[in-house]
Amino acid sequence: MSSVFTSTWSYVSARPVFQQPRWLQTRRWRLQLALGLVFGAALWWLTLGPEKVLSTGVPAWRLLLGGAVAGYGARLAGGCTSGHGICGMASLKLPSLLAVLTFMATGFVTAQLLAAVGAAV
Amino acid sequence: MTRSGDLQDSLIVMVSGGLFGFGLALSGMIRPEVVLSFLQFHDWGLMLVMGGAFTVALVAYQVFPRVRGAPLVTSGFESHTAQMAPETFVGSALFGVGWGLSGVCPGSAIAGLGAGNVQMLWVLLGLAAGAWLQGALAADASANGAPREG
Repeated sequence: MSSVFTSTWSYVSARPVFQQPRWLQTRRWRLQLALGLVFGAALWWLTLGPEKVLSTGVPAWRLLLGGAVAGYGARLAGGCTSGHGICGMASLKLPSLLAVLTFMATGFVTAQLLAAVGAAV
Repeated sequence: MTRSGDLQDSLIVMVSGGLFGFGLALSGMIRPEVVLSFLQFHDWGLMLVMGGAFTVALVAYQVFPRVRGAPLVTSGFESHTAQMAPETFVGSALFGVGWGLSGVCPGSAIAGLGAGNVQMLWVLLGLAAGAWLQGALAADASANGAPREG
């Protein structure tokens, strides 16, 4: 689901890198897919979810910084947990399997380092 | 393509996204605490969710192109454009660091918003900024004579 963040920039940025056919031709359905995710999760919340809205104890700086690093990394890698982890691996792409092993490893290390310095949530 | 075809495609795409979002929410993957618990080896649920999704997608990708001429939307089947290139691994390593910091990945940030978690706006802001920076830096690199995948 990381590509939607690049393709959506094509609506507001005139930079050629965002105006490539691969983003212009897919930006509409990528946003529709993202909208579907919002609706799907909302349906779960209304039917099976808790009464209160979901929230997290992860501090805002970790959400913002983590999002920025993950966004940069996923776009450089050409995929994230769904792109490489589900679509790429299910397409039997070796680089996707190696990508998953790589982000699992750095994810483990990062989360455990934070927990070790007392920042577990 | 006719306008009714456009509408039908949009519906198929949104229902697909809806299934994905519902599944992410139902499985608890939109809760950063659950993801961070996996990354600290306390809760292996994420492995089941990802393994389950992988298995269903694997069967679909291997079977449907053989029994159907075309997918429900667009004219032909395509597969993920994974590259055996340094960018894939440097990018994935960084993605893991960001994932371990926040406990959120792009899909769970978008779905989390649907379950009313407005804190996910922090993640979405970060993801958008990161994607912009990657595009800007990739464009600079290709302008310097090193064309590569954006």
